[in-house]
Amino acid sequence: MITREPEYFPPPGNFIGRLGRGIVFSSRGLGRALLLLVDTLACMRFVFATRTRKEIVYQMFVSGIKSLGVITIVAMFTGMILALQTGIELRKFNQEVNIGAAVMVSMLREMGPFMTALILAASVGSAYAAQMGTMVVSEEIAALEIMSINPVRFLVLPRMVSLMVMTPLLTFYSCVMGVLGGGMVGITQLSVPWHAYIRNALDFAAAKDLYVGLLKAFIFGVIIAIVACHQGFSTTQGAVGVGNATRRTVIVCFLTILVAGYMITRLFYINALD
Amino acid sequence: MIELQNVSKVLSGRTILDKVNLQIHDGETCVIVGPSGVGKSVTVKHMIRLLTPDSGKVIVNGDPISELSGVELEAAREHFGVLFQGGALIEWLSVRENVALPLREKTSMGESDIIELAMQKLTLVGMADHSTKRPSELSGGMRKRVGLARAMVRNPSILIYDEPTSGLDPVSARTIDDLILSMQAELGVTSVVVTHDLHSALSIGDRIAMITGGRFVETAAPRQFVESENESVQAFLASQFITRKGDWENWRR
Repeated sequence: MITREPEYFPPPGNFIGRLGRGIVFSSRGLGRALLLLVDTLACMRFVFATRTRKEIVYQMFVSGIKSLGVITIVAMFTGMILALQTGIELRKFNQEVNIGAAVMVSMLREMGPFMTALILAASVGSAYAAQMGTMVVSEEIAALEIMSINPVRFLVLPRMVSLMVMTPLLTFYSCVMGVLGGGMVGITQLSVPWHAYIRNALDFAAAKDLYVGLLKAFIFGVIIAIVACHQGFSTTQGAVGVGNATRRTVIVCFLTILVAGYMITRLFYINALD
Repeated sequence: MIELQNVSKVLSGRTILDKVNLQIHDGETCVIVGPSGVGKSVTVKHMIRLLTPDSGKVIVNGDPISELSGVELEAAREHFGVLFQGGALIEWLSVRENVALPLREKTSMGESDIIELAMQKLTLVGMADHSTKRPSELSGGMRKRVGLARAMVRNPSILIYDEPTSGLDPVSARTIDDLILSMQAELGVTSVVVTHDLHSALSIGDRIAMITGGRFVETAAPRQFVESENESVQAFLASQFITRKGDWENWRR
């Protein structure tokens, strides 16, 4: 059951009590989020049902197509900044042609998935949390449960699947935009010919960079959907609670994406240190 | 039949229900009244298992709903149709889609049958002309009527109305009362109505149960309820300008 009974805890007496309660609540929140993930994965068998498919397509439009504008601008400027910063340093050694490699590898490995996930967490994740929170407050989730309609299948599944698909696609798009942005700076500010920039970028990028980046994006998509829906479902105090759920979603998503990003990088690139 | 047996519930450190007992018989309309915050909604939330009692049992049509989970709970909830306070309509679906939702999700009916049945229920509550509107385009009373159509679309044997007239102007409130009465007459379902509006309670109830201080202090037919000697009942009646000497028949519709 998503609908939870109201809980009451007397205020903690001192700092130790507050700290202890914070740890207990955080652990409980993590456990509930993981259970929501398990529930959603268990509902995957419904993913090709007609109504679910329609909702997934709609959510893909909302989370993907509507985010294209902001992702285009952020990715291009990220590529431009990367090219400019590395180009300024490399010019000291007459190696500015290597900005292609720097931009391409940075975008594929880290900046592409990371920037895309942060944008989606702030825009789509917060919207999911606000929507779920409002539905809890206005008893829509309770109504679904009374009608024996599983809110996880009805609400969480389409959102998670749409982000599982759209985050990698948008990440790939943001990498392309970032490389284009870097190329623009290379041509206009660093006098690097376009063909030299692109050849350098392609020579240094490995297929592993691409698939690890896309894997990261896929996992980030799952994290955003589950954190947002979990925070929304945990809303308790009307409009204030919806605001808190939205704020917590952005914070928790950012932190989780950072930690998960590091863990995946470590897993796939640890041998490069040897 | 719905039966609450010694149900107790503490919420936010406060005892809301204290060993409450209540029986609601098949086909009757039982109205639960009382001042705000005394546990009226908490009582019905136990009946539909949105809350679980700290102690005691809730039995619905022979099933101990307070002890069920999973598929058994889903099956027990099939008996219920619930009209929530604000209607609880899904905002991104149209009125017709909202009413059709339980049929789409829980039955194997064909699309044309689903639409036909949804429109039939909307006609019953006088909302057929607004079937393509979104809930945000509806007034409070209209939302409740759509909520009622959705609650009864799968022909439940028990209808729960949580504050059906709250926040409505007197004319809309009486329209909802009339609707509850006509549903009762046409469908013969068991109805449980939660309200603090005594005018509404007296006009629609077969039996009125007043809760205060965590317990039911009076459970009686409308006439006996108005004539009750209980001080809490009399104070509550007086607060809404209803006296024992008043002609209670005026309240019946």
